[in-house]
Amino acid sequence: MPVKVASEWLNSCSGCEVAILNLGETLLTVLPHLEFVHIPVLMDHKYFGQRGEGDLHHLEIPQATVGLISGGIRNQEHLEVAQAMRRSCEIIIALGTCATHGGIPALMNLFDNPALLERYYRTSESTDPHDPPADAVLPPILDRTYALDEKIQVDIYLQGCPPHPDLIAEALTALLEGREPRLPDKSVCDTCPTIRLGKGKLKKLHRFTHNAHYDPAKPLSEMHCLLEQGFQCLGPVTRAGCAGLSGEAPQCIRARVPCQGCYGPVRKDGNQLLDYLNALASNRIDVHSITDRATVLEFSGAHGLLKRRAAGK
Amino acid sequence: MAQTIEATADQAFTHGAGSGRRVINIQPITRIEGHARIAIVLDDEGNVADTRLNIMALRGFEKFIEGRPAEEVPRIVNRICGICPWMHHTASNKAVDGCFGAKIPPAGKKLRELMLVMAQINDKILHFFFLAAPDFVLGPGADYSVRNVLGVVKAAPELAARVVKMRQAGQMMIEKFAGKVIHPVAVVPGGFSKPMTEAERQELLEKSREQLDFAIFCLNWAKKNVFAHLDDATVRLGEITTGFLGTVDPTDGSLNFFEGVLRLMRPDGSYQDFSHLEYAYYLGEHVEDWAYSKFPYARVWGEGFSMDPENPKGIYRVNTLARLNVCDKISTPLAQAELEEFRSRFGRPAQSTMLYHWARLIELLYACEKVVEHLEDPEITDPHVRNPVEPKAGRGVGCVEAPRGTLIHDYSTDKNGLITRANLIVGTTHNVAPMNMSIRQAAQSVIRHGVVTEEALNRVEMAVRCYDP
Ligand code: SF4
Ligand code: SF4
Ligand code: SF4
Repeated sequence: MPVKVASEWLNSCSGCEVAILNLGETLLTVLPHLEFVHIPVLMDHKYFGQRGEGDLHHLEIPQATVGLISGGIRNQEHLEVAQAMRRSCEIIIALGTCATHGGIPALMNLFDNPALLERYYRTSESTDPHDPPADAVLPPILDRTYALDEKIQVDIYLQGCPPHPDLIAEALTALLEGREPRLPDKSVCDTCPTIRLGKGKLKKLHRFTHNAHYDPAKPLSEMHCLLEQGFQCLGPVTRAGCAGLSGEAPQCIRARVPCQGCYGPVRKDGNQLLDYLNALASNRIDVHSITDRATVLEFSGAHGLLKRRAAGK
Repeated sequence: MAQTIEATADQAFTHGAGSGRRVINIQPITRIEGHARIAIVLDDEGNVADTRLNIMALRGFEKFIEGRPAEEVPRIVNRICGICPWMHHTASNKAVDGCFGAKIPPAGKKLRELMLVMAQINDKILHFFFLAAPDFVLGPGADYSVRNVLGVVKAAPELAARVVKMRQAGQMMIEKFAGKVIHPVAVVPGGFSKPMTEAERQELLEKSREQLDFAIFCLNWAKKNVFAHLDDATVRLGEITTGFLGTVDPTDGSLNFFEGVLRLMRPDGSYQDFSHLEYAYYLGEHVEDWAYSKFPYARVWGEGFSMDPENPKGIYRVNTLARLNVCDKISTPLAQAELEEFRSRFGRPAQSTMLYHWARLIELLYACEKVVEHLEDPEITDPHVRNPVEPKAGRGVGCVEAPRGTLIHDYSTDKNGLITRANLIVGTTHNVAPMNMSIRQAAQSVIRHGVVTEEALNRVEMAVRCYDP
């Protein structure tokens, strides 16, 4: 019997769904074991009946064993869809860092809605100034961006922006085999082959305004760690996973670019900023040399971690 | 009278509320990449009185990048879209280059264009085969449980296996070279983060030739199995008459995804070219009470904004069909031959909305030819790929052509190189007004006297899928 799967996307970008498609041929081998009952990106099941005349108070998602949800919660519709998914699915998987920790859209938590609406509808260079659209015809925007587990219970967390296809495959296979998925639980640095020389010389971080020092003809294992080169690499405070499960290197490091923290904190409830400040301080690197602290939390700003700045900012 | 209809309609569209009128809610619109719904209001005779297509998301990128270090922004805004992150990433980098006054080394520029065009390839395969094809392979009236990519896999397993394999190969080509394929990081202000080695070039070149073969196969397959069989009703589905916007090469007016001048064409085929720096003079954005998304229009035409299908004002379209309409030619031979055939059959500008699909596959061919061309150029391996940049105050506007249309990223920075304000117009947004007009046309053509079938509603959605929103 194939396992029934429902899938939804909320305050999301569809990258998590593309990551599922990037399973490629693996997807073709898992597919016969799955039965999708609802997945808006691929399939035409509707909330209010296939002829669109159902009760608008009753958003219908078919019963399923597994519910995959990408994206956090930003408006009333996201909330209602998340709740409907929870009612219909036995196991909810939070797919991607937006769902698990708010992701990039939780940067919005630095600002309030009136500031957004003012900029978007009144002061934008190309817009004919207008009152913000009336709430009555649209799902109201919530006060901030929430991770999924701030609003519904989550059973499995798949961090990553987007999660590596290997992790998605492992989660699906584990479910089919009726076991817990074995997901990486260390830091990005633990999967990084670069050379680390240890504590010492670096006093300050500098901005990524020039490329790292490395010989492009040589493998990553001969490149000096980007943090030790002075870049704001968030590898130490970011959950491993982007290297996949077959021993690749972290994806940004492969592009010779510092880690921006897209898998969220190492421990699910961790705080990437606090951890980073500690890591820098214990290596005697000036914590004031971080240009913008919000960037350290740019993937994990839900759960009240990123807060509104003082009015006017 | 018009006012009463508006008032009733407003009530009818209210989230969670009803009214005396019969209202059909297509929610969510499926097999598209974003979040949207359609509401159709029927009059007392059961004919279409009003329709609305609503884009549901308001995430706030323009606001929350304020205060961020500009060099970080290109890897924040790629999260606007997980299907075309390379295009946002690239447009954003161009805007930051502008703020910082950066000059890009030739190989850095070539790598940027190569990656952007490679990403276009994967997107077009994804859209045509995974999202649009089920309507054609299984038929618009097939049951929804089979009218999807899984149904295509069952109906045409060999084709599906090849498509899945080629799309996957395309994604892996990018990932292997640039590290991260979804939400890339390798384009950086001042250039590119790593050079291409000769071995990488050779490997990619070989694979890109396979992609080109595949693109030829796709177009032939679609012409034979899809486009040749479109009945008149389908060809006319969602048809409207509008202007068009796209990017062309300034020297010869040829199609260009990566850089050039913006060309705004009127419905009669006359056009004006302008620099991206002048975008806010040529284009405006209208706001409606009932949508979070804005409605861009051609401000320079001076006629205002109206989505009235009988008398549209300021309406232009973007995306594949628009680009093929505005360009004078295509610089690669196979795609040029296809463009000539396309034009001889449908004229310039072609208005049929269904032709977006055909145009998409011609662009796929162009993209594959362009990638081979870039990879045959040994200078792409020049190790000098980035000039250092210096954060400072400035303004920059970055544009590229995303699969879904022209992207405009406009930023200003303060003396520390932090973003002070940003304005974005993204691909799909340009098409919000045309999509609204197309669904009105489609709904009126398939719903009569209160008879509403699943197939009819799917046909309305098919009009939307052409735009690949
Ligand atoms: S986690 Fe990343 S890929 Fe997934 S929805 Fe959020 S932004 Fe997109
Ligand atoms: S800090 Fe960055 S470069 Fe250094 S080991 Fe960690 S992930 Fe690798
Ligand atoms: S290196 Fe860091 S930012 Fe890059 S993919 Fe991995 S976790 Fe995400």
